[in-house]
Amino acid sequence: MKNIDSLLYFTPEILLVIFAVAVILLDLVVKNRESSAVAHLSLVGCICTFAAVLFLHFSFGDEGPISLFLGMIRLDAFSSFFKILLLLATAATILFSLRSEELDARLKGEYYALLLAITLGMFLMASSTNLLMIFISLETVSLTSYILAGFLTHNPRSSEAAFKYITYGAVASGTMLFGLSFLFGMTGTGDLAQIAGRLTELLAAGDIAPIAVLIAITFVLAGVGYKIASVPFHMWSPDVYEGAPIPITAFLSVASKSAGFALFIRFFYTGFGSTELMQAVDWPFMLAIISALTMTVGNLAALPQQNVKRLLAYSSIAHGGYLLMGGILLTSEGIGAILFYLVVYLFMNLGAFYVVVLIANEVGSEMVDGYRGLSSRAPVVAVAMMIFLVSLAGIPPFAGFFGKWLLFTAVLEQGYYWLALVGLLNSVVSLYYYARIVKAMFFEEADEETDSVSFSTGTFALLSVFVIPTIFIGFLNIFYTFSNISVSVLPIQ
Amino acid sequence: MLLSLMIFIPLLGMVVVLLLPRESEELVKRVTLIFTLIPLALAVYLFISYDRSTAGTQFFHGPVPWIDAFNIQYHVGIDGLSVTLLLLTALLGPICVIASWRNIEKGIKAYMALFLLLETGMLGFFAALDLFLFYVFFELTLLPMYFLIGVWGGPRREYAAIKFFLYTLFGSVLMLVAMIAVYLNSNIVNGVAEGARTFDIPTLITLAATQGHALADPDFQVWVFVGFFIGFAVKVPIFPFHTWLPDAHVEAPTAISVILAGILLKMGTYGLVRVNMAMFPQGLAHFTDGIGFWGNSLALLGFINIVYGSFCALAQTDFKKLVAYSSIGHMGFVILGLAARNSEGITGAILQMFNHGVISAMLFLLVGVLYDRAHHREINGFGGLGTRMPIYTGITTLAFMASLGLPGLSGFVGEALSLLGAYDRFKFLTILSTIGIVVGAAYFLWTLQRVFLGTLNPKYEALPEINGREILTLVPLGILTIVLGVWPNFAIDMFRESVTNLIDVLHAI
Repeated sequence: MKNIDSLLYFTPEILLVIFAVAVILLDLVVKNRESSAVAHLSLVGCICTFAAVLFLHFSFGDEGPISLFLGMIRLDAFSSFFKILLLLATAATILFSLRSEELDARLKGEYYALLLAITLGMFLMASSTNLLMIFISLETVSLTSYILAGFLTHNPRSSEAAFKYITYGAVASGTMLFGLSFLFGMTGTGDLAQIAGRLTELLAAGDIAPIAVLIAITFVLAGVGYKIASVPFHMWSPDVYEGAPIPITAFLSVASKSAGFALFIRFFYTGFGSTELMQAVDWPFMLAIISALTMTVGNLAALPQQNVKRLLAYSSIAHGGYLLMGGILLTSEGIGAILFYLVVYLFMNLGAFYVVVLIANEVGSEMVDGYRGLSSRAPVVAVAMMIFLVSLAGIPPFAGFFGKWLLFTAVLEQGYYWLALVGLLNSVVSLYYYARIVKAMFFEEADEETDSVSFSTGTFALLSVFVIPTIFIGFLNIFYTFSNISVSVLPIQ
Repeated sequence: MLLSLMIFIPLLGMVVVLLLPRESEELVKRVTLIFTLIPLALAVYLFISYDRSTAGTQFFHGPVPWIDAFNIQYHVGIDGLSVTLLLLTALLGPICVIASWRNIEKGIKAYMALFLLLETGMLGFFAALDLFLFYVFFELTLLPMYFLIGVWGGPRREYAAIKFFLYTLFGSVLMLVAMIAVYLNSNIVNGVAEGARTFDIPTLITLAATQGHALADPDFQVWVFVGFFIGFAVKVPIFPFHTWLPDAHVEAPTAISVILAGILLKMGTYGLVRVNMAMFPQGLAHFTDGIGFWGNSLALLGFINIVYGSFCALAQTDFKKLVAYSSIGHMGFVILGLAARNSEGITGAILQMFNHGVISAMLFLLVGVLYDRAHHREINGFGGLGTRMPIYTGITTLAFMASLGLPGLSGFVGEALSLLGAYDRFKFLTILSTIGIVVGAAYFLWTLQRVFLGTLNPKYEALPEINGREILTLVPLGILTIVLGVWPNFAIDMFRESVTNLIDVLHAI
């Protein structure tokens, strides 16, 4: 579709830009530093964008995928799925930020504008179908996250986080760009579907060696792997997660990972999903190894952590590994499982981080010891945190179990028994460190006589927004259907 | 419908208990008691109205579609085996609530809520007819148990709780792999996929006996058998997966020990019968056909449990640990009986499951009574209690005699039948296993002597006699022990047809 015609279908992204600018302008006008007007405006922005995404999906969803801007991005159920997911994460992050006491009141305008901008970048990551667009969207997201990670200007750890993040990020995107240039050089086109066709022809004719394709894929994986924090590109994430403001950590661990998976799925499924390519270049095996390493490294490194934020950072690496399992061989069941798990993961992980925000505000500590005796001081929060952690460990009847179950079924269906076994043993290991927090909350007494902590009704309302889905998603048919529909629109080679 | 009502009434009770004010502790206890008495009434009704003349499952509810995308259904029903264990579960529910009446000091509301959740998990597990549902209920018991041990347990409760949790989870993830493998192969006939996959247990049992079906492949059955077996073996517990049990028992509060020994261990053996034996007869045959090492392996594990558990019990000086190890020994008879694969063996094993549930519940309640008074469990620290607490001594003697297998009491019948069945197949191992009975008599009689006979330790001259509430928890169990000792058919009639049916499945291969 031509550029001008495409604009109608681009409304959600345009709305995000408008609201980002409006937030900056409003920040200039509002004099009262304590006012939360900018936060509320950005929340309204999220809601409007949400409405626009839904409107587009239900008005044009039946016509099948629509290719926009001369084939640069695609509007389909797959991208709509991720846009909804990302908007939920952004809205939750805005609400966390409202309650967080870490953030500098003077920089509120920039903060929320950047949040909307990063969401825009992630929208594009979920819908790009051209190498150029993929790279641009990835860079938009990366550059914005560097700033947000270093947003606590008075805190040296935050600056360290931003610096580490940018160093790793620069190397990763450089490597990825190199890989993309390989692909362009071999095929002469940037469009993913055309690349797939050309590569198949070239390989069949023997004009290029399979090893060249494998090298290109490996380099591209560096960029994608860095976004989803998979081994060996994960080293930045614990430091960044620990140093960044908690709402941003929550956002990065959920939204950034989801967008990374959106890009990963579209890139590999559209570009390299054909059986011929998989037979010529054994990249599924490489992914299986990366997946196994990612979850093992994440879980083992999480075991000794004393800082809850850092512990959740490693746990989030491990979850990236579980998610990758669904990505090997790229069957529609596997991708459906990834999408389902991302929904579950959104609620349980954001919920856990929300509790971290609450405890950091009330107790002033991010360490496991700070959670001691929480069950008697704030029973509702303690029970909610327990539900999130147990769900992250993948124990029934919580949603995390159903998510893992789908992933393992997909893996076993492909005959990767060893990988499923590694994954399952990993979830046993992960229980140990999640249980440490539960133990501190329920089995141990607080050090000194601390008063019970009381929270506002709004806090409980927001908490229940995360708790209720964590309990019930697995029991509801609609979410399974939803993830399957989103997969069905992807072109199968 | 009745069955579902029974399963979910404790869950409803949990919600009600959570809504009660925290201060009104008496009210919380009474409400919990009511919500455990209703399932008991329903269980008694089911037990009486169960049609004993057929092996088929009865009192169905479902199949109701639950997760369509994977053909997962809500499907419950009972046969003779499950109805017996449901009765046991429902009976121990109110008994444990009464046993917890006075000695839970903090957070009684949370305790009772978790207990009710645990009861739903256990009842659902014994009634589930869909493999996925079965697994979910199996795991549903984990979390409440973890908290019940970890919050209300003894000095090393944190260690015991996490050990229990990790061990069981390790077992159940292997079970999960096996379960998914069964599901994925459930529609493959002669290498071609046909129709929809299923988790329905009765359907799977039929498919696994169908010539040419992927589930009927002997190699497949052996692997899946192992996956499920490890999951259940941790629960039973079978050597070498047993080390969590003594820790968990010693640290758990009395009522939770009762549930642990009475019901949770039975979940393991029930799973072995329901899934491993009925669904994978060829897998079972591989481990029990008496040929070579693997052919004797299951009987060997039973033998190790019996002898090892008994000798460990003999060495204990902690009263509760002694009872815990004796549990390991007695569960060995169940394994040995199941390995026999004949009518006597399986009947004996199932009877032993029920009897051990009753007897070990009594033993743990009795240990709890003594601990509440003396605040320690050191066997050598007592002496001469017989003169001070004659009623307590009498009941304890009854429980000990039942447990060591005195003819006329229930423990004897189950063990005798198991051995009888096993002797037919594994003569050598069965003869060796009887050592366990001798050692069992030794440690129980020795404990009786050390605690109740001899001169009274002056420290305990003022020890109060067992009170009415405690007697109330023990009497129903004591009556069952005697009734089943002289009239075992009372229970055997319930599952006779189910066993015959199972034998047919096992011999059809």
